[in-house]
Amino acid sequence: MKENVVIRTISRFLVPFIQVYALYVIVHGALGAGGGFQGGVVFAASFILMIIAFDLPYVRQRFNYKWIVICSVLGVTIYATIGLLCLIPSGNYLEYGAIEAALGIPHLHGYLIDAVEVGIGITVMAAMTSIIYDISNKGGESS
Amino acid sequence: MIEPLLELFFARYNYWMAIILMLIGLYTLIAKQNLVKKLIGLNIFQTAIFLFYISLGEVRGGTAPIYLPEGVDALYVNPLPHVLILTAIVVGVSVTAVGLSLIVRMHEECGVIDEDGLLKEMRHR
Amino acid sequence: MTLIDHLPVLIIVIPILASLLILLAGWWDRRLCYPISLITILLQFGAAIVILLQVMREGAIRYYLGGWAPPFGIELAIDSFNSFILATILLLAAATAVYARRSVEREIGPEKTISFYVLFQLLVTGLVGMTITGDIFNLYVFLEISSIAAYTLIASARKPRSYVASFNYLVLGSIAGGFILIGIGNLYVATGTLNMLDLARLLPASFELATVHAAFLFLVIGFSIKAAFFPLHLWLPDAYTESPSAVTILISTVMAKVSIYALFRIIFTIFSTAYIIDVFPVTGFILFIATVAMIAGAVLAIAQSDLKRMLAYSSVSQVGYIMFSLGVTNQVALEGGLLHILGHAVMKGCLFMVAGLIIYRMGTSRLSELKGIAKAMPISCAAFALAGASMIGIPPTIGFMSKYYIVLGALEAGHWVYAGILLLGSLLAVGYIWRFIEIAYFRDGRDRGSGARTLEAPASMLAPMVALALLCLLLGVFVEGLMEIVGPAASLLLGGA
Repeated sequence: MKENVVIRTISRFLVPFIQVYALYVIVHGALGAGGGFQGGVVFAASFILMIIAFDLPYVRQRFNYKWIVICSVLGVTIYATIGLLCLIPSGNYLEYGAIEAALGIPHLHGYLIDAVEVGIGITVMAAMTSIIYDISNKGGESS
Repeated sequence: MIEPLLELFFARYNYWMAIILMLIGLYTLIAKQNLVKKLIGLNIFQTAIFLFYISLGEVRGGTAPIYLPEGVDALYVNPLPHVLILTAIVVGVSVTAVGLSLIVRMHEECGVIDEDGLLKEMRHR
Repeated sequence: MTLIDHLPVLIIVIPILASLLILLAGWWDRRLCYPISLITILLQFGAAIVILLQVMREGAIRYYLGGWAPPFGIELAIDSFNSFILATILLLAAATAVYARRSVEREIGPEKTISFYVLFQLLVTGLVGMTITGDIFNLYVFLEISSIAAYTLIASARKPRSYVASFNYLVLGSIAGGFILIGIGNLYVATGTLNMLDLARLLPASFELATVHAAFLFLVIGFSIKAAFFPLHLWLPDAYTESPSAVTILISTVMAKVSIYALFRIIFTIFSTAYIIDVFPVTGFILFIATVAMIAGAVLAIAQSDLKRMLAYSSVSQVGYIMFSLGVTNQVALEGGLLHILGHAVMKGCLFMVAGLIIYRMGTSRLSELKGIAKAMPISCAAFALAGASMIGIPPTIGFMSKYYIVLGALEAGHWVYAGILLLGSLLAVGYIWRFIEIAYFRDGRDRGSGARTLEAPASMLAPMVALALLCLLLGVFVEGLMEIVGPAASLLLGGA
């Protein structure tokens, strides 16, 4: 692709804003419209913008397949672990209230929901990025 | 004669739109030769269903179902269909991704991505 | 609350974590993938047995996710019907997992084994989730999880034909998913709830609404595509034939059965027998189509020249038998239908395992190239004969018992003609099973030597196949024990206790 200074500079400038917005959407999930899915997709959009403005190898160097696998595993693990933690104080799966009651910390369930949303967000981000990688790379090197 | 029909259409125009979109999608799926176009047809079909669900939750004059401070009263739209369809959108994205990567593979192996070409290619092997 | 109480959720969550563990362990050492996968599936099978015993002893289990009682929360509901299905599918999944190792090494290639086991685990987990969930939208989500895993697994044979088969299945499967989604939306409009038991309670009030009729048709057509019920089976032959052997076994036994389970669940639990008999009479139509499916599937199977494709069409025919019991809608026939879900899973699993072994050794499954193969592979061909006898319905195999009950039910309901055609369909099954037996035993091979060199496959592939073949026989002999599980399930479906 031909070098284009304007596009590259502007996308470099935009990426942090997109990512901060994604984080806002994720963290806002417990209280209002938002959540892990949307936030994760917005976060992945920042990578996609980078792939379009620069090229695939440039982005891949910084966020390679290994990191994608680690991120997707990490996200699901966060989700499942928090769900399973709720079993310890004799609650049901994902029953945040049980942990809150057991530890006696107010509003803990809100934080737990946030943590779960972060897990979902990480996984969605990794999955979306890997889809883009795989398709724009002619399916090449996957696992 | 035409008046009651129009009435019928405009009273429930969101459902009619969903049906029309769905049929466009199904038509594309059946009539187009190119596999990428087929996949686009599938996407249109799914989008029609999303539209159907989203219009289900609409309450006239309702606002976004966001947690409001004490004492503030508002009419909410029904958030449940929207949440459900979020999941369905994710499913749609994954299906599209799988479909596209299959098409990429077929293109690598056979060099064609239209139905007739593939059939011819299959017969040769 | 002990761990046993949490089994319904653990049986889904632990395998998902295990699939991630496989992904990570695969980096470290690729050989770790298989043991982790096998142990997880065996654990799931054990859990399914515990759940089955618990349900038989204490009645239905209802587990509220997040502690939210329905209709607000998602619940996992396990009763005598789906605990039976759960045990069935995990039995077959465990057998497939044992079988898979050598077959995957050969057919998929070492560099893809990690993804294979991850997807295998996700497919099984999605199907388990479909089986035990009590929420209809959750059912859809698990359906799509398992479907996406299945599309990818079919394509993992890495041949152009398997890509095309996978793409066709993807398109039809997504249309089916879309129809199911519309049906669920209509049900939600009519009742305002998504919980299955709640739907069953609220729906009779709005039975006359066009919305409900539309929902019924969309759901039934959607799940019929998934279950490959006769005129909607077009994706099935290619998908079964072109995928790797292990995947064929899994989707032909486990996945097909879960789709049929979902169909039964929708029709009987949510819409109830009153709806399909009185309000919107479809049983006669289903009976008719099922009969056509039995005959057409068998005839198409006879016409095939490839062993795997022949077995695939035989599946179309056997789905017809199960749907036939649905069409008859009485206690005895449904008992037969449920027995046939188990029986067909066991025997078709065994038959596809034989086909997989033949491909493993011969590299082909074309019938014309398998002449005299029984000399080289005596155990496999004997297993084929046993499972084939069950497919035909020769006593005392499980295939005989299930067909016997279905016919008995049909006669009880007065469907003499249909019962006669069903028996005719069994005769057609002789046609395609005998064809392979004849080629394998009574034709001379061209250049396969004097039979001194045995081509029998490794023990890890033979063991599950032999076990399933013996199971065809044992289940038929000890059918009384099974009836104690199936009987309550059938009466539950018909609206009894």
